[in-house]
Order: sequence, then structure tokens, then C-alpha cells
Amino acid sequence: MNLAIHGLVQRFTDPRSGTQATVLDGLDLVTGTIQALVLIGPSGGGKSTLLRILAGLDVPTAGTVAFNGVPLPRDEHGLISYRRTVGTVFQAYNLFPHLTAMQNLLLPLVHVHGLSEAEAYDRVREPLDRFGLAAHAQKRPAELSGGQKQRVAILRALVVRPQRLFLDEPTSALDPEMSGEVLDMIGELKAAGTQFVLVTHEMGFARRVADEIAFIADGECPARAPPGEFFSVCREPRVVSFLERVHRA
Amino acid sequence: MSRWLAHLIVIALLAAACGWACASLDMTWNWGVVWEYRQAFWKGWWTTLGLALAALLASSLIGLAAAVMLRSRFAIVEAVARVYVELIRGTPLLVQLLVGWYVVAAALHVGTGYRTAVGVLVLAMFSGAYMAEIFRGGLDAIPKAQVDSARAIGLTRWQAFRLVIFPQAVRIVLPAVAGQLVSLIKDSSLLSVLSIGEFTFAARNVNSATYSTLESYLPLAAGYLALTLPLSALSRWLERRFRYEAA
Repeated sequence: MNLAIHGLVQRFTDPRSGTQATVLDGLDLVTGTIQALVLIGPSGGGKSTLLRILAGLDVPTAGTVAFNGVPLPRDEHGLISYRRTVGTVFQAYNLFPHLTAMQNLLLPLVHVHGLSEAEAYDRVREPLDRFGLAAHAQKRPAELSGGQKQRVAILRALVVRPQRLFLDEPTSALDPEMSGEVLDMIGELKAAGTQFVLVTHEMGFARRVADEIAFIADGECPARAPPGEFFSVCREPRVVSFLERVHRA
Repeated sequence: MSRWLAHLIVIALLAAACGWACASLDMTWNWGVVWEYRQAFWKGWWTTLGLALAALLASSLIGLAAAVMLRSRFAIVEAVARVYVELIRGTPLLVQLLVGWYVVAAALHVGTGYRTAVGVLVLAMFSGAYMAEIFRGGLDAIPKAQVDSARAIGLTRWQAFRLVIFPQAVRIVLPAVAGQLVSLIKDSSLLSVLSIGEFTFAARNVNSATYSTLESYLPLAAGYLALTLPLSALSRWLERRFRYEAA
């Protein structure tokens, strides 16, 4: 994929006070043709807001976004169609708690993509096995560990065969061990050729999995580079101070 | 001590107190006369059950619609629902029934044959206002992340409501809805003021025919308990069940 963002602005108005907050402030970002883009940067810098726009969940106040030269739609009808071609996983609470893991996987296949129950079942059985989740298929989310929940959520995004995935800090609500199992899964997806945009605080993982890293801070993207270059030679002051703080932690 | 035993002891003490009260009043019971009217009680009891079920169904629909309206983005829609809920909850059902039949239904030239239908409708509107707040609470309890997830997998707004939001909200509100049904069954006794032949109306008739007040009204209490106690138990069971599921 290649991603081209020009002059992206996202402002939110507080419905009570009427005050405006500018979260993205004329962000520009043009990638090469890559498989995995990782967004890093300080909290509140606009990473998640950007990812929600890329995933077709929010419409920006101004600016353009295009994947492979195709601009994102701005109307709800077009956005629903767009969301059906991509997959999105949030930090937590992705799964529907009243459904089993299996039912969570079947729901989009049956109700969005028009597969029969039997076809959908066939589609999810193999990946459930591959990612070691077959034994948990009949459990509800409340019976799954945090890591299992996130892996089922990623699988649910994956089984509809999306053009690309959007992962918004998929491990930040997990302890290190569970983070590991989720990151391993994302690593396997990378190896299998899945395209994705990932927001993460895991710098080591970002370095390993990214084709390009984009640094998002203050609603802008002041730096973008392949990981080797980004971590060793990037001299952008905000990146340097961010990496210093991360490494000290 | 087991819960069952504790309940039995409390019930036994209560029965003893009632027995003592009756004995000290030196009452003479006349159950034989009332027994002759058992068919009237029986018919009234079934009528009450039917009316309550019809009103429950209608009030669930009214309540759900009002709850969705209460959450509307449009101020005027929210205002309509809010006025309805506050007006109904703030006034006695007795007044609503009398106004509903003698003013609204009369103004619309509704025939006397529809007396029961109008009564059930007013009862459903009354209960619906309480249902609205119950449903609104249930809908509000669903985290925004669920809406995001539903949208992210490509569901339309209506699909998200039908497949994700509503099924979760129903689980949350079921115990409260069962509790509301208990109230609804008791409140249906007021339909007797419109001369609708339900359970309470039957007891009133028996009383005026036999002059045996307690013998007419005690079976009434027992008949309502036979409907409401299982519902209360159901409500508590639902509450336990869904608490475990959420944990």
C-alpha cells in the first residue's frame, strides 16, 4: 500500500462549552509502497485520531487521505462500504460480550459479507487452529484472557479478508506476557503478507515489524523514515526527546 | 440456617400474627357463600393475567421507543419523550384511566365495546413510562467501544442496534423489567374503575353481592401473589444469572 495524507485537520467541538480542540493540525504524510506502517509518538499527539480517520470511523474536518491513490469517502454510505474492506482492532472491548468467540467471528461474515453459516464456519476453523484459539471458540469474552480476547479480535478483523488492518495500541491494555502473544500474532501476519497500520508504544516491536515509522506529535507528522534510519539518524528534536523519554522509562 | 428455613419461619410468624388478630376480633367467617362465586374469581384472575400480558407487550414496545427517543440527537424528539415520561410518572394511574376513558376516548367517539382495549392501552402507556427509563439505563450502560467495534466491522446503524446494542441492553434490563411486570399486574387492579371485568372487579362484585368483605378480598390478595411471587423469583434469578455472565 501507499498512503498519501495532505493537510489533514481534525477539530472537535465540546457540545456543552462549545470550545474547540484541534487534534490534527494540517498533518502531511506520504509513504512509499510498503506493507506495514507504524505510528508512534507521545500520548495525546493525535495517533489514535489519525487511525480512526484512516479506518473510516471518523470524517476529518479538512484535508485528504488516499490509499493507493483512492481517496477515502466522506459520506456515511461510502464509509460503510469502505469499512467493509478493512479491519480495525482497538485497545480493548473489541468483542461483543453476549456472543461466544466463535459467534463474534461469524457475525461480520454472515451479516456483513453475506456468507452462509456453514461457509462462515469453514472460513474461521483453520485460522482458529493456526492461532491456537480453537479450544476457546465456544467461550464468551468474559471467560477469555486479555491476550486471547485481542487475538480473537484480530482474527475477526482478518477473516473477512480485508485489504489492510488498522491496529490501535492492541497491546497497551495487556500485561507483558499477553502482549507478547498478541505481538507474535501480528509478527506472523507481517510474515504472511498482511498490510497494516499499527499504533503502538512497543518501540522494539515497532522497529522489527515496520517498513516505515511515522512520528505523530502535536497533530502533525514531523518525521517519517524506515526504522533503521528513524531510530539511529533522525535528528528531529521532538523525536529525539520522545525517544530519550521512552528509553529512560 | 438455610434460606428456605428462614423464609418459612418468617411466613409462619406472619400467619400466627394474622390468626391472632382475627381471633381477637372474634370474626365469623362466611367462606361458603364466597365459594359459590369461585367461577367469577377464576374468570377475573385469567382476565387479569391476559390484560397484564397484553399491557406488558405493549408497554415494552412503548418503553423501548420512548427510550430511543430520550437518547435522540434531536432536541424536539427528546422533549416529546421526556414530557411523556414525566407526565405519566408524576400523576396517578387512576386519573390517567378516568381521563383516558371519559375524556380522550369519549372525544374520539370510541365505542363502549373498546373499554377494555382503552384500559389496557392506558395501562401500557403508564407502565411504558417506567419501562422507558429502564431501557434508557440499559442502553446507556453499553460502552461506546461496542458501537465503535460494531461500526468497524461494517455494520449499518440499524444492524449495530439490532445485533450488538439491543441484545446486550436486554440482558441488563431483564431483571428490572420482570420487577416492572410485578407492578403492572397489581396496577391492573385499577382497571376495575372502568368496570372492566378483571380480578379486582370480580372481588368487588362478590363483596357487594355477599357482604363478606374479607372473604372476597383475601382470595384477591392470594390470587395476585400467585402471579407476582413467581415473577419476583424470576427477577432475582435473572439478576444472579447475568451478574455471573458479566463477571
